[in-house]
Amino acid sequence: MELAEEKLDEHHLDEKEVVDVVVRFAGDSGDGMQLTGANFTQATALYGNDLSTFPDFPAEIRAPVGATFGVSAFQIYFGAEDVTTAGDELDVLVAMNPAALITNIGNLVDGGLIIVDSGAFSAKNLNKAKYATNPLEDGSLGGFRVLSIDISKLVLSAVKSFGLSHKDGLRCKNMWTLGLVMWLFDRDRIPTIENLKRKFASKPDIANANIASLNAGHAYGETAELPAGIHVYRIPKAKVAPGTYRNITGTTALAWGLIAGSELADIDLLFASYPITPASNLLHELVNRKQFRINTFQAEDEIAAVCAAIGASFAGSLGVTSSAGPGIALKSEGIALAVATELPLVIVNTQRGGPSTGLPTKTEQSDLNMALYGRHGDTPMPVIAAATSIDCFDVAIEAVRIATKYMTPVMLLSDGYLANAAEPWQIPDVDSLQAFPVSHHRDPEGFKPSLRNDKTLARVWAKPGTPGTEHRIGGIERSFETGDISYDPDNHQKMTDLRAAKVAGIANDIPLQEVCLGNTSGKLAVVGWGSTFGAIHQAVKRARGEGLDVSHIQVRYLSPLPPNLGELLSNFAAIIVPEMNTGQFVRLIRSEFLIDADGVSKVAGQPFKIGEILAAIHKKLAEMEAVHAGSAA
Amino acid sequence: MNKPLPVLTLKDFTSDQEVRWCPGCGDYAILKTIQKLMPELGQARENQVFVSGIGCASRFPYYMNTYGFHTIHGRAPAIATGVKLANPQLDVWVITGDGDGFSIGGNHMLHVLRRNVNLQILLFNNEIYGLTKGQYSPTSQPGTRSPSSPEGSIDSPLSPCAVALGSGGTFIARSIDTEAKHLTMVTTRGYAHKGAAFIEILQNCPIYNDGIFEKLKDKKSAPDFRVEVEHGAPIIFGQDNQKGIHLNRESLSLEVIDVAGNEGRILVHNENNKVLAQLLAAMVGPEFPVAVGVLYREDKASFVEDSREQLSRARSKPGSLKELLHSGHTWEVK
Repeated sequence: MELAEEKLDEHHLDEKEVVDVVVRFAGDSGDGMQLTGANFTQATALYGNDLSTFPDFPAEIRAPVGATFGVSAFQIYFGAEDVTTAGDELDVLVAMNPAALITNIGNLVDGGLIIVDSGAFSAKNLNKAKYATNPLEDGSLGGFRVLSIDISKLVLSAVKSFGLSHKDGLRCKNMWTLGLVMWLFDRDRIPTIENLKRKFASKPDIANANIASLNAGHAYGETAELPAGIHVYRIPKAKVAPGTYRNITGTTALAWGLIAGSELADIDLLFASYPITPASNLLHELVNRKQFRINTFQAEDEIAAVCAAIGASFAGSLGVTSSAGPGIALKSEGIALAVATELPLVIVNTQRGGPSTGLPTKTEQSDLNMALYGRHGDTPMPVIAAATSIDCFDVAIEAVRIATKYMTPVMLLSDGYLANAAEPWQIPDVDSLQAFPVSHHRDPEGFKPSLRNDKTLARVWAKPGTPGTEHRIGGIERSFETGDISYDPDNHQKMTDLRAAKVAGIANDIPLQEVCLGNTSGKLAVVGWGSTFGAIHQAVKRARGEGLDVSHIQVRYLSPLPPNLGELLSNFAAIIVPEMNTGQFVRLIRSEFLIDADGVSKVAGQPFKIGEILAAIHKKLAEMEAVHAGSAA
Repeated sequence: MNKPLPVLTLKDFTSDQEVRWCPGCGDYAILKTIQKLMPELGQARENQVFVSGIGCASRFPYYMNTYGFHTIHGRAPAIATGVKLANPQLDVWVITGDGDGFSIGGNHMLHVLRRNVNLQILLFNNEIYGLTKGQYSPTSQPGTRSPSSPEGSIDSPLSPCAVALGSGGTFIARSIDTEAKHLTMVTTRGYAHKGAAFIEILQNCPIYNDGIFEKLKDKKSAPDFRVEVEHGAPIIFGQDNQKGIHLNRESLSLEVIDVAGNEGRILVHNENNKVLAQLLAAMVGPEFPVAVGVLYREDKASFVEDSREQLSRARSKPGSLKELLHSGHTWEVK
C-alpha cells in the first residue's frame, strides 16, 4: 500500500477544480438516504474518483418523522487522491429536514454548501429539531452557502403526471436531490436510472416517477439561477492501477472471503449465527450463496450458533459463527471448548459500541481485550483484524487458513464502520489465490485422537463416518499421549503449554510486520489496528507532507503478534496508538515489548477523523521537542 | 456402499475406557442396553455419533466405541444439530440429563424438537443433580431435600415429556433404565423415526435420590404404579390388569376406573393424538400410574432434510467464485 506523497492542498468549493470533496446526505430514516448514497457512490466510482463511504443510521427502524434521533445519513469522500476514509469535515451537507440539519451542521466546513428542502422546514419539524427560530431565516447559517429549495413542491409537480398519491410523490424527494447533486459534480445518471428500473420493475409508475424526479433535480441545477459560487465542480479522476473494479462493503467482502476460503481449503463451511446488529448482514449475504460450499443456520441463540459451528467442525466441515460484542460474550464458553478439543472454528466479531447494548449501530474497537483474553482458563486463540472494507476479503481467507491448518478457533475482528462502508475494489484474480487444501485423517493404523503434526502442533482431524478412526473428544483435559481423559497434573501442565506453543508458533507462519507508509525507523510511528487504517494513513501522509518524520504501521495479526514487531517498534523514538477504545492495544504493546507507547483514544461511536490523528501527531512531536529543548537547556 | 456390513457385537461398541459411574447407578443398565442395541440397528459403527452435555449421563459417549463428543453444559442439542447439518449420513444421538437438558440447556431442547432435527435424544432423568453432589433439579419432586434445599425444594417440577410435546416434538417416549427390553423397543422405534426422537429414561441415582422410581420398578408394585401404553391397545394396568384409564369427556381429564363392568369405556391409546399424549405424559402417582412407551408420534418434515433440499436446489448450478466477484456493477480502469 505504498502511496504517492504529494502535498495535499486545502480545498475549497470556491475553485472550479477541487481535489476531493466530502458530501453527506442526511434525512429521516424513511427519506431513502442510504439508497441515494449508494447510487451516488456508484456514479462516482464510474466517474473515476477514488472514494470511501460511511453509512450512518439510527438504531430505530422507523423513528418518528422529523426526530433528531431518527436521522439517517450517508457520507461519501471522493477525489483524485487515494481516499481511505469517509472524510472529516463536510464540504456539502444535504439536509432533508431541520433534524438532519441540526445534527450534522457541526461538521460542515466554514463556507460549506448546505442544500435543504425548505418545504420540510415547517413549524412542526423545526420544533421537533428544537430550533427556536427557522435557521433558513434567522441568519444563523451566514457562515455557509445555502441552497434552500422547496424540493417537496418541485417533486410533486415533477411527478404529477404519474398519478401517485401525495405520500408516494414525496417519496421521490431523494431522487430529485440526487439529481441536483449529480449535476453539481457532473455524475452520470444512467446507472441510477437503470437501478431504478430494476428496483421498481413491478411498479413502472413508481420507477418513472423516480426517474422524472432525478432528471428534474438535474435540470434544476442546469437552469435555475443559483447563488454565486455554486456551479458544476470538476474533480480530477484518481490515478488508480489498471484492472476491473467494483464497490464492496466490508460485510460483502468478508462473506466472499469466507466463500473463497472454503474453496481454497477444499472444505464445506457451515455458517451458524444469530441475528444481531451490525453483524446480521453477513448471514443475509451468505444465505444467498449456497451454490458454493456454504450452508447457513440461524440458531436459536448465540450459544447454539457457536455450538452448531463446533459440531460442524467435529463432523469435518468448517464451522463459522458471527456476532457483535454481546453475542461474542455469550459464545465464550463454546470457543473455549473448541480450544480444548482443538477443532477449527472462525468467529467473526463485527464490533459495535459497548458495553451491553451500548451503541448497536455505531462503531468501536472495544472488544480487543475480550478477543485476546475473554475466556476462562488459559485459552490462547489467534486474533486477526481487518483494516479496510476490502481487506475483509483477505482476512477472512487468512482466518480459514489458520483455523484449518492449526486446528484452532480464530477470531476475526471487524467493526460496524468496516461492515457498512464501501470502497472500490480491484477484483483479484481468483486463480492467483493460494490454495491450502485440508486433508482429513483416514488411516486407522495406529490412530489416536491425540496424534499431532510435529511442525504445526495441530491435532489430527478424523471425521465421523471414517471407518477405524472412531474416537471420543470432549472438554475434559485429555492425555497428550492417548487423547483419553486425564487428570494427571503433569499432563495438564504439558497440554496447557502445548496449547500456548501451538498458537505462539503461528507467528512463524504470518508475514513480517511492514511499515505501510514512511520509514522503518525514525522519530514517531503511528501504530494502529483494524478500521483506524484509513484515518491514520491520511494523517501520516499529511504529516509527512509537512516534512515531519512520521511512519504508519497497521497491525493485522494481534495474536500472535508478528515476530519482528517488537524490534520494528524499538526503531522509533516514540509511538502513538490511536484506537476506538480506552487503550486496549496500547497496553498490549507496552506489556509485550516494554516500550513507552502512548494511546490516542476515541470512543464516540464514530470513526477517527484524519484531523484528530494529525493533531495527536503534532502534539506528540511538540512534546518531544519540548523535552529535547528542556534537556538541551 | 454395497459392501455388506461386518457383523458387529456388543463388544464392538464397547470402548476401552473404564466406566466411572457410582456402583448401582442406573446409567450402567442404559449403557449396556444401548451397546447391545447398536449391532441390531445394522448400521456402520463409524456412522454412529454420540454427543453429550455435562453431567453424570453425559460421560456416556466415552464408553461407546463410536464417534463421541462430550461437550459443554446444556448445549449437546445445538452441537448435534451442527454435526447433522454437516453430514446428514451420520446417526446422531444426544445424551443428556434432567439438569443438562431442561435447566441450563432448556432452550436448545425446545428448538431441536421444534425443528425436528433427525436425531435421537436420550434424556436420563434421575430428578437430581448428581455430578455436583445432589442439588435439586428442574424435575425434582417438590419438597426434595438437598444440599441447596435443606428445607425441601419449593420449585414446581416440569414433566420432560410434556415440555417436549409442547415444543413440537414429533416422537415422545418414556422408559425405565433397568427395563432393557422396553427401552430397546422404544429406542429402536425412536431410531426409525424421521425427525427428533425424544426418549425420557427414568433413571435411579443410588447416591443422591435413591429409590424415587422404586414403585415403578419393583416387580410387585410396578403393575399398580406404571402403565405401558401401546398404540391401538386399551390402557389397562394393575396386578390382574383390573384397572384402566378412562377419558372423562366432560372435564377433558383422565380417570382411573375398574375394567370390570366398564368394557368399552377404557381409553385406547392412539400415539398420533397429541392431546391424549399430553394427558398421558402428565399422569403422576399416586393417583395415576406413570405412562411408559411411545406417547406420541407424528410424521413431519425433518429440518436437516429440508436444509439439504435447499442446498441441492442452490447447487444445481455450482457457484463460480470468479463470476461472483465480477457480479453486479464493475468498471474497467485502463
